[in-house]
Amino acid sequence: MNKIQETAKPNIGSIGDFVRFLLSEMKPKGKILTPFNMISIPVILVGMGLIVLRFVNGIGAITNLDQQTPWGIWIGFDVVCGVAFAGGAYTLTFIVYIMGRHRYHAIVRAVVLNGFLAYMFYAGALMLDLGRPWKIINPIIGNNFGVSSVLFLVAWHFLLYMAAEFIEFSPAIAEWLGMKRLRKIVGGLTIASVIFGITLSTLHQSGLGALFLMAESKIHPLWYTEFIPVLFFVSSIFSGLSMVIFEGSISHKVFAARLGHEQHANQDDIVIGLGRICAGAMFVYLFLKVLVVIHGQQFSLLGTKWGLWFLLEVVGFVLVPLVLYFKAVREGNVQLIKVAAGLTLIGILLNRLNISVIAFNWFDPTPYIPHWAEIWVTVTVVLLELWAVRWVVMRMPVLSDPPAWAADMDDN
Amino acid sequence: MDRRNFIKNLCVAGVTSAALPSLAEASGKPAETEFMSVLVDTTRCIGCRNCEVACATQNDLPIPKTTRDVFKEERDMTTDQWTVVNKYDTDAGEVFVKKQCMHCNQAACSTACLTQAMYKTEEGPVIWREGKCMGCRFCMVSCPFVVPRFEYYSANPKIQKCILCYDRVIEGEKPACVDACPVDALEFGFRRDMERVAQNRTFEYPGQYIDHIYGQEEVGGTGWMYLSGVPFDQLGFRTDLGRESVPALTQNFLYSVPVVFLLWPAFLNGMRYIKTNEDDEHTDKTHNDVASVETGRGPGEES
Repeated sequence: MNKIQETAKPNIGSIGDFVRFLLSEMKPKGKILTPFNMISIPVILVGMGLIVLRFVNGIGAITNLDQQTPWGIWIGFDVVCGVAFAGGAYTLTFIVYIMGRHRYHAIVRAVVLNGFLAYMFYAGALMLDLGRPWKIINPIIGNNFGVSSVLFLVAWHFLLYMAAEFIEFSPAIAEWLGMKRLRKIVGGLTIASVIFGITLSTLHQSGLGALFLMAESKIHPLWYTEFIPVLFFVSSIFSGLSMVIFEGSISHKVFAARLGHEQHANQDDIVIGLGRICAGAMFVYLFLKVLVVIHGQQFSLLGTKWGLWFLLEVVGFVLVPLVLYFKAVREGNVQLIKVAAGLTLIGILLNRLNISVIAFNWFDPTPYIPHWAEIWVTVTVVLLELWAVRWVVMRMPVLSDPPAWAADMDDN
Repeated sequence: MDRRNFIKNLCVAGVTSAALPSLAEASGKPAETEFMSVLVDTTRCIGCRNCEVACATQNDLPIPKTTRDVFKEERDMTTDQWTVVNKYDTDAGEVFVKKQCMHCNQAACSTACLTQAMYKTEEGPVIWREGKCMGCRFCMVSCPFVVPRFEYYSANPKIQKCILCYDRVIEGEKPACVDACPVDALEFGFRRDMERVAQNRTFEYPGQYIDHIYGQEEVGGTGWMYLSGVPFDQLGFRTDLGRESVPALTQNFLYSVPVVFLLWPAFLNGMRYIKTNEDDEHTDKTHNDVASVETGRGPGEES
C-alpha cells in the first residue's frame, strides 16, 4: 500500500518531467519471467509477423475469406463479440451514476478501463480487416458522409464512445500523473460523459445487430429477425456484466497485491448483485427469443440440423445459465454465479458468431472455416490488450485506492 | 436542474445530433432523371460470349477466350471478369444467361456504404469510387445478388464489379455488352420503356415466355431485367428475395436512432435527478454520497 502511494506522487512541472516520468513508468514492474510472459511474447511476435504478411500480400494471404464470405472471425469475434463483452462499462455506469447504487462504485474504474481498452484494441483489429485502412478517416472527414449506412452510425459511435470512456477513466490518469487541476476538471465531466456513453452504447450495441438486417437472404431464418437490434442490445447488458464477473474473478487473483480496501470489503456482495441483474436481463432476452420463434412460426425448423444448433445456443447457453443465476443469487452462491457467467459468455460467443459467421451463408456447400492465422492474429490482439490492462493496473489507481488528495478533493 | 447541468445536456444533445443519419437519404430520394436499364431476353441468347469480351475490352480486364468448354460448369463473376454467361439445362433445353451487377433501383450496397464509395448514380448505374472506399466489404455483406468482388490478394485492394459502363452511359452511348450483342438479346433504354417492352413481349407471346419479368419487382426493382421461357429458379436465379427493397430492412432501425438520441439523455438525466433527490431524503446530511458521486468518486473513500 505505502509503496504504491509513494510511486503515485510524481512531481511534474515541465514536459521534460513528464517524458522522464513516462519513460520510468515504461519499465516493467514485477517479475519478467512469468508463465504469462513466456507464452504471450512468442505468440505476439509470430502474430506481428502474420500482420506484416497481411499488409504485404493482402487479406487473402492469411485468411480464408472469399467473395461469398466477406466477413470472418476478425469481424465476428473481434468486433461483434468483443463489443458485446465490453458492454459492462455502460451498464455499470448506469447502475452507479444514474441509479445511484454506490456499492458498485468500487469496480467502476476497472470496468471502464477494460471497456475502453477493449474498444481500442477491437477498433485496432478492425484496421487489419479493412482492405484500405488508410481511408478510415473518410467517413469522419466527410469523404463522404454515408449517412444512410448503419455502419456509418456504428463507426461514429465507436469513436465518440471511446472518447466518452476515456473521459470517464481520465480521473485515474490525472491521479497517476499527480495533476490536481486536471483531476478536478475531468472529475466534473464524469456525469455528462456517462449519459453520453450510455446513449451511444444503446445505439451502437443494437447497431452492430442492425448491420446484419440487410443480409436477410443470407442468414438462417432461425437467427434472422427484424428484432436483431433489440436482441443485441438486451444481450449486451448481461453479456457485459457476465464479463465483469468473469474478468473480476481473474483480476482479483492476478492483481491481489494492488487491491484497495474497498475491493476486499464487498466483492461477494457486488458479484451477487450483478448476478441478479444478469438473471433479469437474460429472462427478458429469452422471452424475446421465444417470441421471435413463435411469431415467425419456425417450429418446423427446430427439428433440422440447424434447429438443434439453435437449441444448443438458446437452451444450453441462455436458459441453463439463467436458471443457474437465479439459483445462485437465491442461495448467495458466488462460485455458482461465476459458472453461470462463464456459460453466459459462451452463449454470447455462439450467438454473435452464428449471426455473423456460422449461420451466415448457411446454404454454402463450402462453408468458411477460419484460417489458423486468423485465429492466431485474434489471440495476438487479445494478448496485447491484456498487456495494456496490466500496464495500466500496475501503475494507475484502478484496483488500488486513489491517492489521499484525490479523495479529499471529492469530499470537499 | 441547475444552469450548469442544462448547458451540459445541451452540449450532449448538440454533439449527438451531429452524428444522426439523414432519414431522407435512407429512404432513397426520388431521382431527377429516369434510370437507365437493360432488358435481357434469355430466349434469344446464343451463348456467343461477345458481351464478355466487350466488357473486358471496355474495362481493361483480361480478355476471356470464347471457347465453348467454359459452359461445362457454372461460373461466377471474379475480380477481373465483371460479367459471365452460363449455360443451363432446363425444361426448354439449353438456355444461356448473362450475369452481372443488377444495378438495383434502391441498391443495398450503396445504402450500406459508409463513405458513398459504392454509389447509385442518378442515371442508374451503381459505380465504385476508389478515393472513398475503405475496404470494409459491408457492400458485399448486404448485396442480395452477391455481386461486389474484393481483391483479397492485393495490398491496395479494390472492389470490382459491373458499373454499367457509366462513362459511356452519361455520353449517351449504350453499354459495351449491349453494343456487342449480335442477336438483340440485350436491349438498353430507360427503365420504364424496357419494362413496357418486356410486358408487351410476355403478353404477345405467352407460349414463348413465362409471365414473370425478373427484376421488375425483385428487391424493389432492378436495373437489369430478364425475360425467360422457363421458371427462373432453373436459370440459377434466387426467387425468394421478395419485392421489398433491401435498404427498407434497416429503415425502422434508422428511424429509431434520432428518437433514442434525443430522448435517452433527457430520460437518463431525469432518472438520475429523481434518484439523487431520493437519496438526499433518505441519507444523513453528514454522508456525502451525492456530492462524491457527482465528482466521480464513491462514498467511503475518506481515508
